Amino acid sequence: MKIITDKSIPHTATLSLVQQKVIASLRHRQRKETWFRRLGYSAVLISLALVAILFANIFSKGLPAFWQSAITLDIYFDPQIIAISAKPERRADELTADYQQRFLAWQTEVGFINFNRLITDSLQKLVPDGTKHKRDLARLVTSGERFALRDMVVAEPSIIGQTRRLNLLTDANIDVWLKGNIDRSLPDEQQQLSANMRDWVDALAANGVIKNRFSLALFMNADSRSSLASAGLAGAFMGSFYMMLVVIFLAVPMAVGAAIYLEEFAPRNKLTDLVEVNINNLAAVPSIVFGLLGASVLIGWFNLPMSAPIVGGLVLSLMTLPTVIIATRSTLKAIPPSIRQAALGLGASKMQSIFHHVLPLAIPGILTGAILGVAQALGETAPLLLIGMKSFVASVPASPLEQASALPVQIYLWQGNELRNFFEARTSAAIIVLLMMMLSLNGVAIWLRRKYQRHW
Amino acid sequence: MTNSAPIKISAKDVAVFYGNNQALHGISMDVYQNEVIAFIGPSGCGKSTFLRCMNRMNDTIEHCRVTGSILLDNQDIHQPELDVVQLRAQVGMVFQKPNPFPKSIYENIAYGPKLHGLAARKADLDDIVESSLRRAGLWNEVKDRLDQPGTGLSGGQQQRLCIARTIAVSPEVILMDEPCSALDPIATLIIEELIDELKQNFTIVMVTHNMQQAARISDRTAFFHLGNLIELGNTNDLFTNPKLKRTEDYITGRYG
Repeated sequence: MKIITDKSIPHTATLSLVQQKVIASLRHRQRKETWFRRLGYSAVLISLALVAILFANIFSKGLPAFWQSAITLDIYFDPQIIAISAKPERRADELTADYQQRFLAWQTEVGFINFNRLITDSLQKLVPDGTKHKRDLARLVTSGERFALRDMVVAEPSIIGQTRRLNLLTDANIDVWLKGNIDRSLPDEQQQLSANMRDWVDALAANGVIKNRFSLALFMNADSRSSLASAGLAGAFMGSFYMMLVVIFLAVPMAVGAAIYLEEFAPRNKLTDLVEVNINNLAAVPSIVFGLLGASVLIGWFNLPMSAPIVGGLVLSLMTLPTVIIATRSTLKAIPPSIRQAALGLGASKMQSIFHHVLPLAIPGILTGAILGVAQALGETAPLLLIGMKSFVASVPASPLEQASALPVQIYLWQGNELRNFFEARTSAAIIVLLMMMLSLNGVAIWLRRKYQRHW
Repeated sequence: MTNSAPIKISAKDVAVFYGNNQALHGISMDVYQNEVIAFIGPSGCGKSTFLRCMNRMNDTIEHCRVTGSILLDNQDIHQPELDVVQLRAQVGMVFQKPNPFPKSIYENIAYGPKLHGLAARKADLDDIVESSLRRAGLWNEVKDRLDQPGTGLSGGQQQRLCIARTIAVSPEVILMDEPCSALDPIATLIIEELIDELKQNFTIVMVTHNMQQAARISDRTAFFHLGNLIELGNTNDLFTNPKLKRTEDYITGRYG
């Protein structure tokens, strides 16, 4: 027997042998519990710290990307440069096809206009020695902005002949230069910007013509490789959004239906056992395998378009199915049998007892499972790489059948972009957008759970 | 108690198997209209199983097989033409643990009548809810909070709510599976008084672990042991003058 020497235990001598043994074991238990508690605290602290570091890192890197260098220019929409006929108006007796043809011809005319001239003409007034270095001058404003000017003319032809004060995005390298992310001491041959440009930019920034302004380019534009400063997330965001819709409207109802059938109605036999085992196996299949399946079956056999959100959505649906089925089944299992019995005892049929009593109680759990499944699908990258969604897409998809990228894939693509010091911030900004999408989905899950929660 | 009342339920040679395990061995008995019949016996003796045969609740248990015949008003309850829903509307059930739906008190009562289309208008439904709660002796306690959850009531109130819910469907027989075993003595007393009143309109079959309860409120008592019906008789006779040694041993507390 262990002899207790600690003075904090009173009257050791007066205690019976059993009590002494209990006290000895008590100390051992308390020590174990203390250790366990400390272990738990430190695990929570470590994970909180890691999350904090992650968020601090992403936000400190990503937030500056929402503000971009923009140059304020007075653009004169010179009628001599924009020499086009009047924008066609549809006549009352005209056929749609005829009107479209005339409109197309007019658009072609607009397409031939040299909008860069408008920009360089305006720049020459600000940069007096710019005429000598026309190529440098043209590189000050990112090339995508000429399309912004074109869109303005198409939308409002009366602008021709007027002067408008506009904030145009500068070249990506200028943004990086002004944010101090380029080593200014590097020799000329290692600099992205020519000596002229660096001088101009510093001067323009000093007198406030070039300013760091909040820019919607990141949200409104599709990805771009020719005009890096205006590369945006809109295409990837819409791609992810369409895939989310496909998953919500395809995978979730299917999975919930399958779970209800398997849990409540299916007879227990070899076949259902087999189905059950395979659903569990499906949940453990690496996601990239689903990508292979999508590539060979959906694209190879069914000839669905490559790189389209519909295919991505189908693949992700397949991936999400087992997750939602398992979550729904465990929720249904947790509903107390007394409720079913009460309904059956009153003469409700099995279907009624499930739909009137079991499902309403299970809804919070089912919704949580479904939304977590959707969120998981939203963040998935690997299967999308195999169905072509990693290709560069410079447009915003108008339907799930058009080519698109996805947010996580866009993050991956930007992460690998060669203009590191510009795209590092852009990558983090894209991560912020993805995280916000996830957080809002989780927020919806919490809200729904609260809304449908019944108290016992 | 005279046995001149018409026979409500007639069981012949009922046996129940759970898989290969036989839980009941050839039970035959008649239940008379408007009587309270109590089933007593040690745990696992098959009394609850037999009770659940009467509204075919055993159907919901997998691998459970029932043989023999049970007639309700001379109609076989196992005949294929009879929908189990119809049977359960006729033979209501109150469970061991109060199990109100996690809905309002009103909805708890209204669910059954709505299910069977017993009320054409809202006013009819209101009437059914009120009369059911009155007959279950709960109306005065809950009339001001019908929209509050039934699960917020005390255990005894919940059980009376479950009884009211059963009455609302206007069954002919009410099966009670140890209805007071989860309740305190006062709540038990209230339920016992309620059962005494209910027998004017309903036939009540109840399972109980409490022999005093059986003695207090039942007209006849059946003693089950190891899946067999050992003795069935008027409650007074069975408790004061049991015919069989085994019954006597049980009611005098020698086992069980």
